[in-house]
Amino acid sequence: MLKAENVGKMYFRKSGQANYFYPVRDVSLTLTPGAVTVLTGRSGSGKTTLLHLLAGLLTPSEGKVYWDGTDLYSLPDAALSRLRNEKIGVIPQGRSAVDTLTVLENVQLPAALYRRRMPDAAPWLASLGIGHLAQARPAELSGGELRRVAIARALASEPEVILADEPTGDLDDENTERVLRIFRQAAQAGKAVFLVTHELDALRYADFAYRMENGCMTPCETQMK
Amino acid sequence: MKSLPVKNLIRKPGRTAALMLLTAFLALAVFGGSLVVLSLRQGLNSLEARLGADIIVVPSEAQSKVSFQNMFLQGTTGAFYMDAENLKRVREIEGVEKAAPQIFLASLKADCCSVKIQVIGFDPQADFTVQPWIAQSYARELGEMDVVVGCKVEAGVGEILRIYDQRCKVVGRLAATGTGLDTAVYCNLDTIRLLLQAAEEKGVSHKVTSDSAADQVSAIYVKVKVGYDVGRVNTAIQGHTRKASAVRTRSMITDVSDSLAGISRTVTGLIGAVWVLAFLILLIAFAMIIRERRREFAVLRLAGMSRRMLSGLILRETALCSLLGGVLGVCAAALLAFPFATLIETALGLPYLTPDLRTVALLAAAAVAAAGIVGSLASAGAAWRLSRVDPGTILREGA
Repeated sequence: MLKAENVGKMYFRKSGQANYFYPVRDVSLTLTPGAVTVLTGRSGSGKTTLLHLLAGLLTPSEGKVYWDGTDLYSLPDAALSRLRNEKIGVIPQGRSAVDTLTVLENVQLPAALYRRRMPDAAPWLASLGIGHLAQARPAELSGGELRRVAIARALASEPEVILADEPTGDLDDENTERVLRIFRQAAQAGKAVFLVTHELDALRYADFAYRMENGCMTPCETQMK
Repeated sequence: MKSLPVKNLIRKPGRTAALMLLTAFLALAVFGGSLVVLSLRQGLNSLEARLGADIIVVPSEAQSKVSFQNMFLQGTTGAFYMDAENLKRVREIEGVEKAAPQIFLASLKADCCSVKIQVIGFDPQADFTVQPWIAQSYARELGEMDVVVGCKVEAGVGEILRIYDQRCKVVGRLAATGTGLDTAVYCNLDTIRLLLQAAEEKGVSHKVTSDSAADQVSAIYVKVKVGYDVGRVNTAIQGHTRKASAVRTRSMITDVSDSLAGISRTVTGLIGAVWVLAFLILLIAFAMIIRERRREFAVLRLAGMSRRMLSGLILRETALCSLLGGVLGVCAAALLAFPFATLIETALGLPYLTPDLRTVALLAAAAVAAAGIVGSLASAGAAWRLSRVDPGTILREGA
């Protein structure tokens, strides 16, 4: 399973007093199958950076990220990409649809990349309330609809781990509730779900909750539903 | 996902059209420019082959008026005559293997003539320059009032051409040479003398040097024996003929060749400048487009696309777009170069003969391939740089 050991990320700054800074430092975390892990924290506290480190999208400056005991970043790019494609569903912050593909093609993108059998996207789109938009293009969608397309894409390929960055950011209360419930169900189906959010409501669905501050992660009390 | 590059091109038509136009411009320059240079070279070779003689003897006035050269290069009509005695003198000179006379006559743009053309009469017994070409389209001997026409004369085989109210039967058409000879009509000496007489009757003065048409010629084509120096024979002819100039065909070709070399250099320079400029514009354009699409590419990476797959996607997309642009450019150049070949020939004032279809097809394929390669090269650097960046860094920038 996915596990981070003392990971840190350092960036160099071009200006300012210090010429480098750590958005994430010395974080250890294990994502447990069947559990929802929620990470909250203020903007700029390092939540997104940690999610990218866990997803194999950002090489750590220190520490290691393991997938079933294998150091993720020791893998060749092709193997790491394939592992991410098959095992990790990532929902990034902001717009993440490929503009030239329809909603359906976007959802089926991970399977199409490696010519796997196309997943049945319709139930996922329907459960997220965007079933009628399957043939629409991203330019025709609202911010909330685009978020749900990203969520459908991550879920439809049936990954073992779901890493979601502010998945309810653009959603109204009703859709926020709907999405959080879907993540909960995914966890109940055996997946490890990691949510990075400002939304304190998400804590109600969490098995484990953490708070990020100045790049450091600390556990906080969970409010499991 | 093999169709993704195609979808990216089709579903972003504005971006695709802009890139295609750039590569089309490249292909247009290389195909159009090369076609013009090749056509000029082909025209020069054709002129050299068609002249077929080492020396041409013409009246001094023809040489000074430059009308002689213009007849071959631009197809302007003209007529000049000298004493046929010169033919006898030339044949007596040591080193002359063959000497064949030709008589010229210019028809009029008037009621008496179908078209304004150059009529060239030759002696079938002595000729060694015209007949090999005529034999390709008309194998029999030319009879009285039979003519063979150049490819640009608007008269088909079997039709009648009226020249000074004389009816001449077209028995053959010559293949294109790209020279002024394409607008000429060929007949034997008996026919041309009849036509000269008819012209005289119409009051057209041809400044004949003798009382009888049989005693005059316009040009004498000379073949020098193997082993003899053409320059020396030329000087000897110059000294033994009266009121005539001997011109080495090589020097005539050299003049044209020098003009062609100048044009070739200019065209090649222009092609090079267009390529450098277009390559730089493409480099900037692809760098900007790839930068604008960084987030889209980062999304593909987080969905599981490897660096190699991403570079492949970008290269396939740009290669496809550049190849399509190349095809567009070649078509545009062909639309300009082929219908306006005559205009180009007139503007340049040089022999111009379009290469055969196979050469044109090869040239077109090379231009399209070059456009595809240049487009791909221009995007390769940006694609490689992008694939080196962690997708997380890109997502962080654009979030």
